[in-house]
Amino acid sequence: MNDEIVISLKDVNKWYGSFHVLHDLSLDVRKGERVVVCGPSGSGKSTVIRCVNRLEEHQAGTITVNGIELTSDLKTVEAVRHDVGMVFQQFNLFPHLTVLENLTLAPIWVKKVPKAEAAGLAMTYLERVKIADHARKYPAQLSGGQQQRVAIARSLCMRPSIMLFDEPTSALDPEMIKEVLDVMVELANDGMTMVCVTHEMGFARTVADTVVFMADGQIVEKNSPAELFGNPQEERTRQFLSQIIRH
Amino acid sequence: MTTEPTVGLLTVPWRWSRRHLFQSPGSSVLTLLAAWLLWKVLPSAVNWALVKAVWSGDPAACRASGGACWAFVTEKYRLILFGIYPYDEQWRPLTAIVVFVVMMLASAHPSCWRRWLIWMWAGGLVLVGILMWGGVPGLPYVSNDRWGGLPLTLILSATGIVLSFPLALLLALGRRSRLPAVRAASVAYIELWRGVPLVSVLFMASIMFPLFLPEGITVDKLLRAQAGIILFTAAYLAENVRGGLQAIARGQFEAADALGLSYWQKTRLIILPQALRLVIPPLVGQFITTFKDTSLVVIIGLYDLLSSTKMALSDPQWRAFYIEGYVVAALIYTVFTAAMSYYSQYLERRLDRDRRRS
Repeated sequence: MNDEIVISLKDVNKWYGSFHVLHDLSLDVRKGERVVVCGPSGSGKSTVIRCVNRLEEHQAGTITVNGIELTSDLKTVEAVRHDVGMVFQQFNLFPHLTVLENLTLAPIWVKKVPKAEAAGLAMTYLERVKIADHARKYPAQLSGGQQQRVAIARSLCMRPSIMLFDEPTSALDPEMIKEVLDVMVELANDGMTMVCVTHEMGFARTVADTVVFMADGQIVEKNSPAELFGNPQEERTRQFLSQIIRH
Repeated sequence: MTTEPTVGLLTVPWRWSRRHLFQSPGSSVLTLLAAWLLWKVLPSAVNWALVKAVWSGDPAACRASGGACWAFVTEKYRLILFGIYPYDEQWRPLTAIVVFVVMMLASAHPSCWRRWLIWMWAGGLVLVGILMWGGVPGLPYVSNDRWGGLPLTLILSATGIVLSFPLALLLALGRRSRLPAVRAASVAYIELWRGVPLVSVLFMASIMFPLFLPEGITVDKLLRAQAGIILFTAAYLAENVRGGLQAIARGQFEAADALGLSYWQKTRLIILPQALRLVIPPLVGQFITTFKDTSLVVIIGLYDLLSSTKMALSDPQWRAFYIEGYVVAALIYTVFTAAMSYYSQYLERRLDRDRRRS
């Protein structure tokens, strides 16, 4: 991790109608940093990372990714999305395409990579997430854990410098969570900049550089995992952690 | 030693009929009722259509036999099939029919859904135009008010379906657009055309529209009817397509966005392939409707298959045998609509592969 800031949110505000989801939120993420965002449901944590690649628009404040400020100009959105991969809770694989086609589609159409090269790249990443045997299958033929690993590989095929994870294990059966987390740990060890919304506190402890605790659209507390889990400063954080640990 | 249960000659049909025909008292009653109806109707129908039928000869022979007068069809089939197209040139509309059937077969298999298909249809329609109109060396000119019968039905319906489809896609996408002007225009178009019956569209195309044109400019009547059918059909197809678009989960749009696909890439590669396969049944239903609705062009003086059949029946000698005439026209329509129905079922099964788990 170095000191270069790759994601910078400054006084970001967002409303859904009259509901104030994000409240003067500021957050910097440095190159190679692993940030875990946690917090109760409805706290706006998914909204934050969805604003970073502009799946949601913020209404006030600035969001800068790799030096590009996100505005309503589609060019900036395009440039940021080129560099930012995203993994969703529900995988969102394309059901009408095979696993391999899911991976090669964006490189071929967005980056104009030749087909054979794209397929080679895809197979490399499928090997990495240990799913190369299933390249010719359709997503519906795979288990949830396998689908999520394919989704991670699909994002990696675009060679992003930043990866966003939006509750990547929340829709998985318990016995499949580990295989997905293993892939994410490996990715973290390779030095990828990661922002991850998750309730997996074990993952946060072992992998994260920084844990951000959010409630009511604001960052309540931000610290190293050891500090935040071991010695929380805010009452709201203690309350949340006690609820999480109880079960 | 165990004895094998004997499988008698009737065991299999016996079991089959127990399962399918007499499973419950209710189904037994229905089976018996259907059998009784067939018993009543079938013998006399076969008797009329085959046993006592007259296959060639004059009206007097038909009247004497009391069976179906297929002799009428033998005598008039070229008029029924080709209308009043010049008799010696009727190989040209026949070739046009063959061109259409070949193009439809070539479009059927998903592995053929490539760019060349568009060029094939463009070339095929030009070829049909040259064949039908002529005016090139070796093919004398035939004005299109002499076209008729099956080729006219196929031209109007196939061209109508093929050209209305892209328009329908744009309208369906436009109706879901985030741009207010595009959305309003699409809604207005769809609601306007759906609010008018096809008959009045054809009337307007044939009678009103020429009145609005500046003097000296005329647009061919067939072309006007064809344009009316295309614009009309597109409104209905657009709503079918929109139904499919609405069924696609938001996550699919978001995943495509997150990967950096542009709007048109997302639409063409991710959304439409999924949306269209969901709405195959209503789409094919609309194709079948369009195919049959072309018979309405009779009100503006074009002679499609149904009208050319009526024309054949207007011969005073044969006027009595209208049942035979309509049976033949119905059979021709049925061949085409049944083919479309079966094709739709085949396509659904084939494209459903990815939703099955192995």
